[in-house]
Amino acid sequence: MVSERTIGMTQTLSLLPPQLMTTPPLLTMTGVSRRYGDVVALQDVSALAYPGEVLGIVGESGSGKSTLLRMMNLEDTPDTGDYRLALPDLAGNLFGLDRFARRMLCATRIGIVYQNPHQGLLMQHTSSGNVAERLLIAGERSFAALRARGRTALEASEFPLDRMDARPIELSGGMQQRVQLAKAIALEPALLLLDEPTTGLDVSVQALVLDTLKRLQRDRAITMVIVSHDLGVIRTMADRVMVMRRGRVVEQGLSDQIFQDPQHEYTQQLVHAKL
Amino acid sequence: MSIANLTKAWQPMSYGFLDASAKRELRRKMLKAIAVPGCQMPYASREVPMARGWGTGGLQVTLTLLKPSSVVKVIDQGADDSVNAASIRSFLSKVSGAAETWDTLAASLIQSRHRIPEERLHAGQILVLQVPNPEPLRPVEPNMSIARQMHADADYGRLWLILYERIVRSGRIMEGAAYPSLVNGRHVMTPSPIPRWDVPKLHMAQHLTFLSAGREKRLYAVPPFTKVEPLVFSDVPFKVEDHGALTCHRSGVSGFYMNEIPQDNGGSAFEVSDSHLGIKAIRQAEGEADRIGATWYQNGQLA
Repeated sequence: MVSERTIGMTQTLSLLPPQLMTTPPLLTMTGVSRRYGDVVALQDVSALAYPGEVLGIVGESGSGKSTLLRMMNLEDTPDTGDYRLALPDLAGNLFGLDRFARRMLCATRIGIVYQNPHQGLLMQHTSSGNVAERLLIAGERSFAALRARGRTALEASEFPLDRMDARPIELSGGMQQRVQLAKAIALEPALLLLDEPTTGLDVSVQALVLDTLKRLQRDRAITMVIVSHDLGVIRTMADRVMVMRRGRVVEQGLSDQIFQDPQHEYTQQLVHAKL
Repeated sequence: MSIANLTKAWQPMSYGFLDASAKRELRRKMLKAIAVPGCQMPYASREVPMARGWGTGGLQVTLTLLKPSSVVKVIDQGADDSVNAASIRSFLSKVSGAAETWDTLAASLIQSRHRIPEERLHAGQILVLQVPNPEPLRPVEPNMSIARQMHADADYGRLWLILYERIVRSGRIMEGAAYPSLVNGRHVMTPSPIPRWDVPKLHMAQHLTFLSAGREKRLYAVPPFTKVEPLVFSDVPFKVEDHGALTCHRSGVSGFYMNEIPQDNGGSAFEVSDSHLGIKAIRQAEGEADRIGATWYQNGQLA
């Protein structure tokens, strides 16, 4: 197992899958670099996520973890890099797709939950309408079906159904995140991206939302990528962890390995600061 | 050789009020709008002697289309005799020498706010609608740059969200006006001022319709024989207002779009919204030779 771990910033990342993985990875990202002017946001980042696993990405603010997630959601294009999802009828580098194909792919195959619900939700529309919007973009035109599928998605994210027609702006932060989650899973995506999903929630609500996420993950065997600066969240959720710093991946491995036996100096600091 | 020989004689204003370059620009934009039905064309909205929001967009289009042989009718909420309609009509005739009329059948150019006449418009007639808000995507996408991109991509899924929420809140779709409609299978437009009752009149119509927003500086068109389909859910049909069974308490006509007039006893009476249709019906009843043309709706049903 040690052979696939990367230690130190100078060593190149080994993409060999862990020995026990028998299926090919769902998400393959290779050599992604992105500069914004003089700022290097991502430097030769590679990532893998296997079907049904939860990949955690940790790092301090500005380490490039959110940028990486935006790339995975095709909201931004890197300067160089390759991104593939092992899905039927989806071949080649996804960064090469045109706007239409991108939009359709993001709407139907990838779900995302943002840290700030204002980014992911239409605040002045109803919660069920927010979920319905996703279905509408995918082409659903039957009112009864929109209603039923919206209800199912909200139920799966443990949203109280008697409030499904309330506007998100009237709801608490935890509820807003549940609406975002329902919207993200409404079309049963292959990949669910979570950008600091519980940051800004108080500890008890945070636990409830994480609980929901875990249950969803177990029931639907959905592949998740979760970004957080909170090691507690990563430790609860993630099977494998990538540690990022200054736009590079400094260490990656199974979460137990990372948390019990951190190798890189920065990871050691991070784990030490938390525990 | 003097300047006077080389130039036209001094006139107090250009023909049709707008100067030649303004009309030229509008003509070009109107042709573009016809070429791409339902697509909003930006134009430099000029000053006219009227406040923004009172129909300046419609007025500029009408002024550009005017010629001395035109016969103009101006409708304000279905009526020809309101202050706004009367003022615009007399202004139009004053600056162009065009004839004025109240009769839908006699008019060659109809400027309207809120209504399409109940009598069928025929080929060769031009209807100009004054639009307050030309952007159907505004309720779902406040950023207009993104909205324009959505139009370019024909990304209209979100518009059903408005209808969805109407049904969720009220149990039925109650858009009083501005019911989003797909024009020629490509662009969604808001037939902004007209009620649902009038939207089917635009579908495969013989006449040409211009919709123009002066404040927002956008104009779009529905050319003759163009498909105009209101957006609907596959399981919730499009319905016009329930006015088919109402009878006008003044003229006695029924099966047309009505205005509700509150009464002293707390009840309400109804009056046909297309006022000249009512006038014609009353005159007919009194034995005069007025002729009501073919109407879009017959006995409250779309013919």
